[in-house]
Amino acid sequence: MPFIPHTENDTREMLAAIGAKSTEDLFDEIPAELRIDYLHEVPEALSEMEISRLMRGRAAMDGSPLCFIGAGAYEHHIPTAVWDIATRGEYYSAYTPYQAEASQGTLQTIYEYQTMITELTGLDVSNASLYDGASGLAEAALMAVRANRRVKTGLILLAPGVNPVYEHVAEAIAGSQGLTFEWLPVDATTGNVAFDQLPEGRNPVAVVMQQPTFPGTLEDVDRLTDWAHAEGAFAIGIANPMTLALLKAPGNWGEQGVDIACGEGQPLGVPLSSGGPYFGYMTCKQQHVRQMPGRIVGRTTDLDGNPGFALTLQAREQHIRRSKATSNICTNQGLMVTAATIYMSLLGAEGIAQVGRKSHENTARLVDGLCAIDGIERLYKGSYFHEVALRFDRPVAPILEALAAKNILGGYDLTGSAGTDALLVCATETKTDADIDACIAAFAEAMG
Amino acid sequence: MSELIFEKSRGGRRAFAQAPVEARSLSIPEQFLRDDQPRLPEASELQTVRHYTRLSQKNFSIDTQFYPLGSCTMKYNPRACNALALLPEFAGRHPLGPVSHGQGFLTCMYELQEMLKDVTGMKGVSLTPMAGAQGELAGVAMIKAYHDARGDTERDEIIVPDAAHGTNPATATMCGCTVKEIPTGSDGDVDMDALKAVLGPKTAGIMLTNPSTLGVFERHIKLIAEMVHDAGGLLYYDGANLNAILGKVRPGDMDFDVIHMNLHKTFSTPHGGGGPGSGAVGVNQRLLPFMPIPVVTKREKDGETFFDWAAEDDIPQSIGRLSGFMGNSGVLLRAYVYMRMLGRDGMQRVAEFATLNANYLMVKLRDAGFELAFPERRASHEFIVTLKHEAKDYSLTAMDVAKALLDKNYHAPTTYFPLLVPECLLIEPTETESKETLDNFVAAMIEIVRAAKEDGVQYKEAPYKMPVRRLDDVKAARELNLRYKPE
Repeated sequence: MPFIPHTENDTREMLAAIGAKSTEDLFDEIPAELRIDYLHEVPEALSEMEISRLMRGRAAMDGSPLCFIGAGAYEHHIPTAVWDIATRGEYYSAYTPYQAEASQGTLQTIYEYQTMITELTGLDVSNASLYDGASGLAEAALMAVRANRRVKTGLILLAPGVNPVYEHVAEAIAGSQGLTFEWLPVDATTGNVAFDQLPEGRNPVAVVMQQPTFPGTLEDVDRLTDWAHAEGAFAIGIANPMTLALLKAPGNWGEQGVDIACGEGQPLGVPLSSGGPYFGYMTCKQQHVRQMPGRIVGRTTDLDGNPGFALTLQAREQHIRRSKATSNICTNQGLMVTAATIYMSLLGAEGIAQVGRKSHENTARLVDGLCAIDGIERLYKGSYFHEVALRFDRPVAPILEALAAKNILGGYDLTGSAGTDALLVCATETKTDADIDACIAAFAEAMG
Repeated sequence: MSELIFEKSRGGRRAFAQAPVEARSLSIPEQFLRDDQPRLPEASELQTVRHYTRLSQKNFSIDTQFYPLGSCTMKYNPRACNALALLPEFAGRHPLGPVSHGQGFLTCMYELQEMLKDVTGMKGVSLTPMAGAQGELAGVAMIKAYHDARGDTERDEIIVPDAAHGTNPATATMCGCTVKEIPTGSDGDVDMDALKAVLGPKTAGIMLTNPSTLGVFERHIKLIAEMVHDAGGLLYYDGANLNAILGKVRPGDMDFDVIHMNLHKTFSTPHGGGGPGSGAVGVNQRLLPFMPIPVVTKREKDGETFFDWAAEDDIPQSIGRLSGFMGNSGVLLRAYVYMRMLGRDGMQRVAEFATLNANYLMVKLRDAGFELAFPERRASHEFIVTLKHEAKDYSLTAMDVAKALLDKNYHAPTTYFPLLVPECLLIEPTETESKETLDNFVAAMIEIVRAAKEDGVQYKEAPYKMPVRRLDDVKAARELNLRYKPE
């Protein structure tokens, strides 16, 4: 029997000890009319050899196209050691480290992760991660409402550069708790916030901004952070952690830095894998730590006075506080955090900066090549990191289809959110000059 | 504790094989750049590999120890599930890639939805919730959306038994509801009079785990469903304990309206040291319009069938998106592989042998003198031992036994949950453990208590053989040290 060790003799002896005739007897408290004896939609079992063949066939259907899509998830080289170690059984098949003495490996790894992510974001404290970047914004908004007690409006203002899906998710998760989300006005030439049209006297509890923005531009986050604070609001900064070895850390935006930073951790060693599992990071200033959701690891000492690690500040959490908890969140994305920690350790700050510089350079090569094609130009003026929005003189979808037929995924169709025919492209360090030139040539041909 | 990776760092050291070709230029204005470098580790590849390998060895895990952690279903995670989910085409697939380059993945997801519908008896499944608690959030949000869509806007009370997981009441609060807690009867079933008393025109629904966290099947479930439905409320099924009844009885047949499943429990995806989870939700007919998006659907074009996402346009009344893309898809692939390897009969065997192991272990511990919380009941896939007498007579608490077990190379059962049973151990052996393992565990339990009773052994300072001794939690919370700072 797959994954069940019992011999017939074992089963017989165990039933005898229980005083039952068959395993069926063990279900005798379940009302008979509720019982079923057949599952119609579940096929017969496959052996490991059979399922392996099936899955390899399915994987081949998806292929390995040359991918220039970013839009919140980014292809980066992942060192072999990252997942070799993260999938060791001792990490992979361990539970949440509630029994601290038997979980020092996971706990120290998280403590090291917390250190690394606070270094990147320039803030004081980190939790052990949230589900993903999008849901992390919902948690950050709820946290701002708890921590910024003077403001009772529940109003969250979003810079136009915030990933639109993050707004949908935040609304779905936090909307029923009296929070409202509103967009700040956009400057059509830069794609960034229109500073001369910022609303006055709205009394927002938090202002959310993203760097780099969803359409790839670089926002004046210093000025926006200062404006948020002048309005009495918290500043929440969303940043791609991969960019933070080069770009200014959210903790240093403006005069005082943001109050909470959050974002998608996937670029740090987590495979694209159709959208998950990823992890959301969250860091904040020291004074707000008791309002932070999720697990947190602290360093302490044991009975002999030796240092060790344990989950701490658990009085915030659902298993203690129940209906009064800071969040219903129970899981963190432990395995992904383990991978990210190993990734950051292998690359170091200089390696991550190098990945960022190369991704920037590759994207510049791609954008320059594409903009030389008639009918393609940049949608917004200004600087970018490793992703750029392009305006097309015709619908994008048929062009993307033509490229896909050549096994090139040309970018993310922005037409819906930009209100014009537009495409978002990204070329990370994984692309060679030849890859990029092939992509440009395919666009040129499709644009005919 | 091991030296931290930061303490092993030396300026200028790196895993050089991992760096890309150096870029020639960086045309980003100064104003956007940081002027310091983050202090990340500076270590060689071997140092990093050795450091995290060593750290991993300080963990207990299913692969290395018996892990009878009640309510967590710590069963074997088959290796093939991981390897096949990480096939390069699956691992490298961009979530926003076109469906033309995703039919393999989407076929698996569609079939997973169909299988989960079948094993739960529900009409629709959405795979997007990223953990059990997010599945709960989706479920309660759907219940609210259902009432609201009918103009029934006064229903904001969620009923939760006192034995429930903490996520249940926390979720209800997150959805803007008020929690009405009801007590459990002495036989472990819901107190029906208490239920009757809280039902009314403000009832939005009830959240139940069945078998409950007390390790027993709720025998009055049909009557409860009838009462809640008569009062205008809906029933939410917390799938934490689905392992106990897989292929034997289905939440849909018990008249639940919405459920979540913990794929990381029942369908053996890894716990990963605290995640990722995966909390797919199933709904009956009346909640189909409110499912979280996206879900995978089958479409036809030019006579050909293909799989596609159903999103805002297809499910306009949806409670919305809960993740940036479609939830923990890589976890879903692992669950898919596991379910295909079990097959139809394997599903039922899971419930049978999980229940056999739990009842055997329960009887063996009872015969050895341990007091059961519900001695008159069958165990489901888990059961509760209470140490209230040992605590009183020998000062041997549940915490002491938990820590003493660690020294005997067993992970501790769940302690002090559910909250209503004093000095309790919630024990769940799962179906993947052998009879010998269970027998040895019983012997270890007997020895711990014998030593306390006969030799006066105290375990207040246990464990002794772990990498660290008992840790000072009070200090951890009072003198917060949440990150390394160089001297």
